[in-house]
Amino acid sequence: MFDLINALLVTLLALNLFALGTSRIQSVIRIVAVQGALLGLLTLLMHDSLSFPVLLSGIAAVLIKGLVIPAVMMRSLRAADIKREVEPFIGFLPSILLGAVATAAVILLFQALTAAGPASAGAPIAPSLIAPASVSTILVGFIILVSRYKAITQVLGYLVLENGIYIFGTLLVEAIPLVVEMGMLLDLFVGVFVISIITNHINRAFSSMDTRRLVSLKE
Amino acid sequence: MLDALVHVLMLFLLPPLLFGVIGKVKAFFAGRKGPPLLQSYRDISKLLGKGSVFSGTTSWVFRAGPIVALVAVAVAGLLLPFGASSAPVSFAGDMILFAYLFALSRFFTTAAALDTGSAFEGMGAAREVAFACLSEPALFFVFLALSKLTRSLSLSDMLGASAGGLPAAAMAPLVLLCLGLFVIILAETCRIPVDDPATHLELTMIHEAMILDHSGPLLGLIEYSASMKLLVLESLLISLALPFRSGSAWLDRGLFAAETLVLAACIGVMESVMARLRMRRVPYLLTGALLLGGSGFILLVR
Repeated sequence: MFDLINALLVTLLALNLFALGTSRIQSVIRIVAVQGALLGLLTLLMHDSLSFPVLLSGIAAVLIKGLVIPAVMMRSLRAADIKREVEPFIGFLPSILLGAVATAAVILLFQALTAAGPASAGAPIAPSLIAPASVSTILVGFIILVSRYKAITQVLGYLVLENGIYIFGTLLVEAIPLVVEMGMLLDLFVGVFVISIITNHINRAFSSMDTRRLVSLKE
Repeated sequence: MLDALVHVLMLFLLPPLLFGVIGKVKAFFAGRKGPPLLQSYRDISKLLGKGSVFSGTTSWVFRAGPIVALVAVAVAGLLLPFGASSAPVSFAGDMILFAYLFALSRFFTTAAALDTGSAFEGMGAAREVAFACLSEPALFFVFLALSKLTRSLSLSDMLGASAGGLPAAAMAPLVLLCLGLFVIILAETCRIPVDDPATHLELTMIHEAMILDHSGPLLGLIEYSASMKLLVLESLLISLALPFRSGSAWLDRGLFAAETLVLAACIGVMESVMARLRMRRVPYLLTGALLLGGSGFILLVR
């Protein structure tokens, strides 16, 4: 079971790299959607017995992260009438390399931490890749956030970041009450919904989605 | 003995069928009927029956190019296990020979292209070599990770071991390696995200630009070795990703042939749903493959 989970996490990490490397915003939305759906699957796989909270939070994640949020993003992308992120602050190839180096560094760091920590008796509590995958996805989210200029790509960076946090959260599905879990997903959905509306307004007011233009005053 | 015989027969007879399958799938997506499955065999035999025209500026390198390329790929095919049956030739370190046989074939193809003195062919050769700089290390990372995983240096052990022999913990790196290997296959066989085999616009071609001056039997050999290259690389991926075994030797051989066709159909789907990448962006894809292989290796070493 742990191997299947690790394979899933590694797929998530590979998707991170693809998200860093494509300029087409539509493809990035699709990648983030697949990531979200895989996260829902991950929640279901993490637990031997499928209790009601686990099942519900898994399905909710697949629905909201994999279907609803991407649909909203696609909608605002169509309204904004842009297709690509041109000339990001950090180029596509450098950001892939940066992401890969960050991922490798995090994996090695966690390896060192596990080796230095107290030797636990018996089987490890968590599959080895969960924590590094979570942290490196968060880092990739940061890279997208700081290196892209279009408002909508920055939202995508935020979603990748949230996916990273969610990976860590899957460890605690049974510890966190279902209400909190659902509340987080709802917050995320409302956040993306509002941001999509805001980006539309930015687009209308500045006739561009470029966040660098926001420094100039408008009525 | 029988194993080796079947291996060689498959290596020499199966490849053009893969092109047929890719063509059919692409035609299906385009809503056309498409050429018959066996069309590639007919094309190649027609080309082999034709006469050749040689430019006055070419030397023996031009004529040797396609032949060396074909022989190198065929020998590389002998080093790989096809499905359950083991490879006819196998020794420690043959993975290095495998990678460099591909390099040899590439060297002679590009040398033959440069030999014509045509600007377009020189450009195609330059592109081919530049992209190979990225796809070759990616292939080596895959081999490195596999040899680390199986503690062996021969391709037969490295690939044959995945028939349930690989430790279960290897699944995470294996996913990365298979993804990387798929990109390598697309790049090496000049399929769509990297190069479009159907295009004949000189400015965007890679592989097709290098063979513009070849005609007749030599062109037939080039087509044939391109399809054989596809089969050889596919069998590499199949041993990793689809190591199914039925137990009966003949069933396994049929299974392997079916798997190569399925993979060819996957490539056909890829070609139908994607557009060719801009030339500037191809290195990003190949760097991605390199990083996938590298991360697979790091996951194993840690």
